[in-house]
Amino acid sequence: MELHRLILDNGLRVVLAPDTSTPVVTVAVHYDVGFRSEPMGRTGFAHLFEHLMFQGSESLPKLAHFRHVQGSGGTFNGSTHFDYTDYYEVLPSAALERALFLEADRMRAPTISEENLRNQVDVVKEEIRLNVLNRPYGGFPWIQLPAVLYETFANSHNGYGDFRDLEQATVEDCAAFFDSYYAPANAVLTVAGDFDIGAAAELVHRHFDDVPGRPAPKRPSFAEPLPDRERCGSHHDPLAPLPAIAVGYRLPDPSVELAEYTARVALASVLSDGDSSRLRRRLIYRDELVTDIGAGLGMFGVPYESRDPDTMIITAIHLATVPAEQVLHTVDEELAMIVRDGVSEDELRRTVARWSSTMYRDHDRLATRARTIGACELLHGRGELAAELPALLGEVSSEQVAAAAASLRPEARGVLTVIPGGVE
Amino acid sequence: MTAAEVTSRSAEEIGRTALGPRPLPPLGQQRAGRAPAFQDTVLDNGLRVIAVRRAGVPLVELRLRVPLAGTHRTHAARAELLATTLLAGTVRRSRAEVDIDLARVGGDLGASVDPERLGLSGVSLSAGHDVLLDVVADALTAAVHRTAEVRTEKERLTAHLTMARSQPRTIARLALQRRRYGDHPVTRELPEAADVADVSPAAVRSLHRRALVPRGSLLVLVGDLSPARAVDTVAAALAGWRSERAAVELPPLPLLRGGDVRLVHRPGAVQSQLRLSAQAIPRTDARYPALQLANLIFGGYFSARLPENIREDKGYTYGAHSYLEFNPHGATVIVDTDTATGVTAAALHEIRYELGRLVLVPPDEDELESARRYAIGSLSISMASQAGLASTLAAVATAGLDLDWLRAHPARLAAVTRDEVTAVAAEFFAPTAFTGVVVGDAEVLAGPLAAIGGIDLSELD
Repeated sequence: MELHRLILDNGLRVVLAPDTSTPVVTVAVHYDVGFRSEPMGRTGFAHLFEHLMFQGSESLPKLAHFRHVQGSGGTFNGSTHFDYTDYYEVLPSAALERALFLEADRMRAPTISEENLRNQVDVVKEEIRLNVLNRPYGGFPWIQLPAVLYETFANSHNGYGDFRDLEQATVEDCAAFFDSYYAPANAVLTVAGDFDIGAAAELVHRHFDDVPGRPAPKRPSFAEPLPDRERCGSHHDPLAPLPAIAVGYRLPDPSVELAEYTARVALASVLSDGDSSRLRRRLIYRDELVTDIGAGLGMFGVPYESRDPDTMIITAIHLATVPAEQVLHTVDEELAMIVRDGVSEDELRRTVARWSSTMYRDHDRLATRARTIGACELLHGRGELAAELPALLGEVSSEQVAAAAASLRPEARGVLTVIPGGVE
Repeated sequence: MTAAEVTSRSAEEIGRTALGPRPLPPLGQQRAGRAPAFQDTVLDNGLRVIAVRRAGVPLVELRLRVPLAGTHRTHAARAELLATTLLAGTVRRSRAEVDIDLARVGGDLGASVDPERLGLSGVSLSAGHDVLLDVVADALTAAVHRTAEVRTEKERLTAHLTMARSQPRTIARLALQRRRYGDHPVTRELPEAADVADVSPAAVRSLHRRALVPRGSLLVLVGDLSPARAVDTVAAALAGWRSERAAVELPPLPLLRGGDVRLVHRPGAVQSQLRLSAQAIPRTDARYPALQLANLIFGGYFSARLPENIREDKGYTYGAHSYLEFNPHGATVIVDTDTATGVTAAALHEIRYELGRLVLVPPDEDELESARRYAIGSLSISMASQAGLASTLAAVATAGLDLDWLRAHPARLAAVTRDEVTAVAAEFFAPTAFTGVVVGDAEVLAGPLAAIGGIDLSELD
């Protein structure tokens, strides 16, 4: 994968990833702001603001953004994460300039009105009812686990937001948030797919050069000390039929300790990737303790998706007759075996092969490719990073996986238990 | 935010520049995608195989569809257990060995069933696609459904059923199927726990032998492959998969007729599921492209009338959709949204209003052109990835169509006239043609819903 880069005078970083094999193009913009930058009393604001960025801009009345993307044959979306917010369009390549125009217009001059704010507060509340309040295991574990594992407001609060906070959001809040965080110098523009590099660069300049420059905000450190004891919390889920558990461990910072981070990707894969994995064989099929179990990196299960601090997670849904302690104890036994004996060469090779396949599949979906490149460029300074994971995994040794397993000590983790069924 | 951090402009200042609004750039000249090489053939065991070369990344995507309908009371339970134990071990591979062999070639393979068919969906590195096919062949011809594995999967399936039945969307789906089709086998999307308990390992093995057969089934391979060689590889790998029987299609479905919307009680629900449905026409009907566009204009994409009304104007919902659902005998249209309990009756009223409006106020040229470009563009996007092309192709091939039909579809969409859209809208989107369900807190909903009428309260006590 060959990436071409530009930096505009207003500070916007641009990554071009050409591929003319299909007549489709993706434009993605990643802004360096997510849940962690929300102030106290404004939980959920980053996501609410993401909705407002679709509500019109100087050249585009309400509804026009959607209509222009879809009316050009494309699809679109946006998403909000712990450390970033992204927006993207996938379109037939003839619509490339139009997509750049749409993104530039809202980066330059979005329309923020009281009417649109109130409308989107209602829509976001419906989204939260749909995905959290009216659904068993809603928000499990990404909403509830941070509150158990982390202490600071930035790292621990609910990124979807409390209804009360959402309702209190004002137009002035939105204006201040935009001016602080949506500066071009705080964003990465990624263009992937069917285009000529020179022509695409010219279009980028044409539409983004006159987005006024503002200083990028100084990014605070979100670091906090590692837990010095096991942290436990529980969540009553009145709609859930079975108990569940989520165990969170702090990850090494991939920008500082990439090999240690990669060893944990391998460990998660050895633990739960497929029916030959250690936790599935032991806890589902041999001991019959859980109905499902998984291990992954990041609150949404995607490696490299956050800056430090980030979380490795093991989740399981278990039978009501099985105590959570037994699930934890059995996981610890399996980890201890890896600490003692390491993992086999074949397990490591399988991990590399499966991740190669996953990376190729992500790369083949142009939207996923552009969004992954943009996120890695923004968070870790290198868009190439995601595609390099299989090669990095090829360097991981059994000893490194054993060392990673050894770091998953009970006193270093947060344990969330989900108590099912209408418990008051 | 904290005013000390930044001296912010006002929202008005942010929203305008000295230059003022700028014109929307025109679309460029669209080039067509390259026509992929492919083979579409029926093997002598009766299996239809479609192999398409799309070499973007070194992977091969696999989709297998075996019609697997049944009318027996416990068919759904047997079919679920057949699927969950299909990859759990063969004569020569244990469950773990199936996964190990797949993993070594970057492979992934999953089985699923619904009332119409059993499906296998998989992927592997292209260099290892012979292993992927070998595992598939091994499962189809030599899965043993060991007694211990069937017992384990019965326990897990029972837990999964409990989980599925606690999901509002599943509750609503099952209620819609009952409302549309009574006790027809198509409604048995989830088996009953009691039926699962009744199924013996022998019954699972027997269903496998009788029903999991090549004649009438479809295998799609898309990826970095040579189509002719891939067909040969499939023919060799699946040479032992034979049966005198043909795969069993779903019994004919009654045509949907309009009727009252049934209220289904879900105590204390903070949000309601609205699901309406009417009879439609399949892809093979000459009017299908026009119906596809009419559906888009109504609720088939974000820029449609229904979501612009009940989401972007009124804030009743996060999403409002309409889509066509196909079965072996035809198609239906489904309108789908979830809304807060307090605005559920108002949302139903707006859905009916928009249905009526589609009949009485036909789409204008802009609406039609937008839907047309979206239909053509989103098809090209879905065909741009190996996985998307494999799934899209499997869906249309199940209806007896092929890759040439898919590639010619943009021209069909381009030829649709406003009069044709107006005609199908009037026929298929009339409010009186729809039946459906609302699932929610009936103690709050019954009053307002009864007040707007067309509501069936018979399922309440």
